[in-house]
Amino acid sequence: MTDIAVKATDRTSSGGRMKARGKLIDFAIDIFLFGFSIMMILPLAFLISNAFKTPQEMLAWPPRLIPSDPTLENFRSVLADTPLLRWIFNSIAFASLSMVAIVMTSAIAGYVLAKFPFRSLNIIFMLILATAIVPFEVYMIPLYFQAQMLGVLNSLWGLLLGYLVMSFGIFLIRQNVMHSIPDELLEAARIDGAGEFWIFWKIVLPLLRGALGALAVLAFFQAWTSFAWPMIVATTRESYTIEVGLALFQTGFTVDLGRLSAASAAVLVPSITLFVILRRNFVQGVASTGMKE
Amino acid sequence: MLQQKRWRFAILAILPTLAIFAWVRMYPIAETLRLSLHQWDILSKNKPFIGLANFRELFQDQLFLSALINTSIIAFGVVILTVPTAMVIAALIHHRTQSRFSGFYETAVFIPHVVSLVPAAMAWKWIFDARLGPLNALLEFFGIPAQAWLFDPVLSVICIIILCSWQALGYAVLIYLVGFKNLPVSLFEAAKLDGASGVQRFRYVSMPMLKPITLYVSVVTLISGFNVYAQAFVLASDSQGAPGRQVRVLVLDMLENSFRNYRVGYAASEAVILLAIVLVLTLIQFGLLREKGRS
Repeated sequence: MTDIAVKATDRTSSGGRMKARGKLIDFAIDIFLFGFSIMMILPLAFLISNAFKTPQEMLAWPPRLIPSDPTLENFRSVLADTPLLRWIFNSIAFASLSMVAIVMTSAIAGYVLAKFPFRSLNIIFMLILATAIVPFEVYMIPLYFQAQMLGVLNSLWGLLLGYLVMSFGIFLIRQNVMHSIPDELLEAARIDGAGEFWIFWKIVLPLLRGALGALAVLAFFQAWTSFAWPMIVATTRESYTIEVGLALFQTGFTVDLGRLSAASAAVLVPSITLFVILRRNFVQGVASTGMKE
Repeated sequence: MLQQKRWRFAILAILPTLAIFAWVRMYPIAETLRLSLHQWDILSKNKPFIGLANFRELFQDQLFLSALINTSIIAFGVVILTVPTAMVIAALIHHRTQSRFSGFYETAVFIPHVVSLVPAAMAWKWIFDARLGPLNALLEFFGIPAQAWLFDPVLSVICIIILCSWQALGYAVLIYLVGFKNLPVSLFEAAKLDGASGVQRFRYVSMPMLKPITLYVSVVTLISGFNVYAQAFVLASDSQGAPGRQVRVLVLDMLENSFRNYRVGYAASEAVILLAIVLVLTLIQFGLLREKGRS
């Protein structure tokens, strides 16, 4: 009896030591990861902080995260000098329309390519897959001349032209339909006399809500952060997206870092907030890009 | 009959998407390939076929060659910096999944990947700024002379690599995290029973098991590295409004040839070279993966 008790305490004490050591290592890892995480977001935190600093304080060393004498002067001056709100509006409109177009085209095409086993469709799918690896930068110059031919340069529609479809979106929805929607379900609906369009609208779409949500977030951010295409298509001050507007604004002669930071912060704060809200959707979408093969 | 009805629906449903796809993807890709073999300045009506002359000229073009070299250095630099870091960070985050802060770690590492390029680059422009930047202030604090980070051709390439890695890291960590989650737990328990330490388990179990993911992340990072443009545009532009004079990258050289020098055919052949690089990288990835699957 005592023997067993002794053995038991012995085991727990050595187990306890192991556990304590493990805890210490975990604690060290936590500290490291915490420091690393802070380092990753520190540049952005300083950018936002700099937006509120006076020119004198910008020169101060060490830089302070909380401005000692916060001012809105930088924001006021940026808003007076640039159509910043217009640029933000352009970006939001462009990203939203692109998101809608990509979600619609991907949902329909992904569903058809997953559930209709015809040879002609297979060929279409191979074509889509083959073009998926071609980077946008490769074909944007001919696309620019197409936009010019349509007369949509310097407009929302011109921006949109490059971001109407997404090969990966079609692929993602196709995979999702194949894995999550059983053939029997569709057959049952057909036997009940449901039309093909009704089935897509009332059965398939609701089941794809999660995947479409992830794709929507992905598509929105893709357009929101696009740079090269808006750069060549939008060449008038009024038609810039926020990315292009800021990039060109910073090449100006009289621009100081305070005002640049203010303009950047005005863009960053809403997009970081949006990201934190939509984090789950976003991470799901991005993670699925890695599951291609 | 029924089959035919279904076929009709499928074709009608996919037709709009297919039409858009053909118009904004396949046609311009084909056009890029075609233009690369032609000489076309925007103004003239006729585009004579000149075979591979564009490509021959490209490989004697100092500007293009320096752009190609810069872009390759940036792309490989980013991979070398990002992939090992991402693997370690992902392993640590995965190890601390139960931690109260794991959500914070993931978000913090991922945020640089989602924020818009230009504002984020602006933050680094301040850090690297020769006069106001904290980096130089820090160096001087340690008695190292200040550097003109963004005006020196070598240093500005390093700056671009740092900026790109900072942004690419989040994606790589995310993909690795998915990989770690999919590793069989039993394998680790077996290794643990055999007395393998955490570091040993990482080195001899996780790393070999995650090889396909490492390959995938490396190739994706390389490809996006070869498409670098915005980062170079913002960081390495001077106030005279001559962007990218310090660091020429492929996309910039291409756009300049097309829209500043009006040599569209020439620019298209640069695009074809970019495409070739991407294709080769993708094929290498698939080849290595298949080889692994066979062994």
